[in-house]
Amino acid sequence: MATLTVREALSQALWEEMEANSKIILLGEEIGVWGGTYAVTRGFHDHFGAERVRDTPISESAIVGAAIGAAMTGLRPVAELMTINFAFSAFDMIVNQAAKLHYMFNGQVNLPLIIRTPSGGGRQLGATHSQTPDAIFAHFPGLRVVAPATPRDSKGMLKQALRQNDPVLFIENATLYQQRGDVPDGDVTVPLDKSVLARAGKDVTLVTYSKMYYATMKAAEQLAAEGIQAEVIDLRCLRPLDMEPVVESVKKTNRAVVVEEGWMSYGVGAEVSARLQSECFDFLDAPVKRVAQAEVPLPYNQRLEQMALPDQEKIVRAAKEVLYV
Amino acid sequence: MKSKQDFLSGYRHMVAIRRLEEKSAELYQQGKIGGFLHLYIGQEAVAVGMAAAITKHDHVITAYRDHGVAYSVGMPAKIILAEMLGKATGCSGGKGGSMHLVDPKLNFWGGHAIVGSHLPLAAGIATSLQYQKLDGVVVCMFGDGATNIGYFHEALNLSKVWKLPVVWLCENNSYGMGTAVDRASAVHSMCQKAEGYGMANACVDGMDLEAVYGGVSNAAAHARSGAGPFFLEVQTYRFRGHSMGDPERYRTAEEIKHWQDGDPITALRKAILAKQMGTEAELDALDREVDVEIAAAEQYAEESPEPADAALWQHVFSESPNGRA
Repeated sequence: MATLTVREALSQALWEEMEANSKIILLGEEIGVWGGTYAVTRGFHDHFGAERVRDTPISESAIVGAAIGAAMTGLRPVAELMTINFAFSAFDMIVNQAAKLHYMFNGQVNLPLIIRTPSGGGRQLGATHSQTPDAIFAHFPGLRVVAPATPRDSKGMLKQALRQNDPVLFIENATLYQQRGDVPDGDVTVPLDKSVLARAGKDVTLVTYSKMYYATMKAAEQLAAEGIQAEVIDLRCLRPLDMEPVVESVKKTNRAVVVEEGWMSYGVGAEVSARLQSECFDFLDAPVKRVAQAEVPLPYNQRLEQMALPDQEKIVRAAKEVLYV
Repeated sequence: MKSKQDFLSGYRHMVAIRRLEEKSAELYQQGKIGGFLHLYIGQEAVAVGMAAAITKHDHVITAYRDHGVAYSVGMPAKIILAEMLGKATGCSGGKGGSMHLVDPKLNFWGGHAIVGSHLPLAAGIATSLQYQKLDGVVVCMFGDGATNIGYFHEALNLSKVWKLPVVWLCENNSYGMGTAVDRASAVHSMCQKAEGYGMANACVDGMDLEAVYGGVSNAAAHARSGAGPFFLEVQTYRFRGHSMGDPERYRTAEEIKHWQDGDPITALRKAILAKQMGTEAELDALDREVDVEIAAAEQYAEESPEPADAALWQHVFSESPNGRA
């Protein structure tokens, strides 16, 4: 067992898989000579060479489109988009090409490609650079959407993604790259379709993923100090969405709060809530509560931005609301 | 194109595409083909000349006006018609339709219906060939209208920066849907756009099979030599509307007549006779052969089964037995 940052975990996953499989190539802006804007690929250009670690022009559609073309013809490209906010510039490529071609061509074409990109706000980057639009991408059948929180899951899910044949939107979080955690030594893989129980409890179920995992775990600690045992489920994957551990938990706790960094409307919380009411309606003792971002474009001002984002305190409050305490 | 066989084969393919398209129009009018239908009538020399100029190691990708291209690269007429009729025996089991014909075994990668979306994919296929040091070039076909969308510029730029083995084959038929080139494009010569990327380019007569063959041969040789992409503009004309639902308000009967006087099939027939590459009797025999082929193709498509209900859920993801995710 080693303690790694998310950055190191992602970097190791890519490095190890690239050493093992020459079909893997990387492409994106500033991933080569610069070493990656979040330094995930630092050292890769020197070690693997410019043919495998390809600096691209600022052309998001061409980056994702080239990855699709390369994947169709036998490579395993990993396209890096500097932020998920730039993924809108490649939206058609992601949701209309990557997500469609395998089905539309009746399984004759595989698209083993990964699009890595950081999501999330809280860094005073203003409205256009601070979004958490994860749910939008999870709307499309044919695209796997994952968003690990921990270094272990980051490494394991990236390695898993590099060994399967579907397009994967691999959502990272810009504020989590320095987050530390235990990662097992040796080869580690984590499935791309399984939610996980992150903390056991009996009083209320907190469902979350990615960055909000940490605020939720802290909220659970705070609640524990007040005598409330919260169970925490880390979704890890948004499509396909594994509801089994969530439903199992809610059948026990009878109460649920869904926590996400993105906006509430049409979001992950909306989906999880809808599925809970259809899958375990009779077990619910309170309406499912959602904690999410205020429905405004995020402002630059630090105090205003933080007001808009979900945090530990808002999660604790929501948990108490569904417990009527 | 040197031998009698080359000329007669070219003639046969062009006539077959013409008859196939006439049959498609008929089946569309009968309500047997759904969705949109974009006919290749008038442009036959482009696809046939292109296919004659490339090798089995080369790759082809095109837009939604794809029936003639699919036929030229070796997809049987019966498979094309079956796909248009939505049958299980179609190239994609009836899931792709007229605009999305594909066959990876022929190195034919579609059939893409979002204008320009396949240009980045072509760059990716070329990246794959370049990285794997495979002998082959990509011929990417698109209309003049596609030169006005961002994909075109991102893909051309990337292909030049990376010196990719691509032939950008622009079928300039003077209209993007109903908007003439001079109403939609800042420059009227498509080659001028290639000049903007410092790309080798040429323009040939797309109504002349030999000219297209020569143009694509030179372009492919350039791309194959490692010298990077080549931009080839062919001037052609579609005799029918953009799609079957075209009100035809944007061009005159005189203009259509002018181009029909230069019908590529009539022109080729004359050239064959003049060059003594075939006789009237031989050409007539080919016409009859084609009639039999298309009639048999229609019968095959009509008699083919519908896809099974289970097909609905197949191939959403590659490894999932059913795609309910």
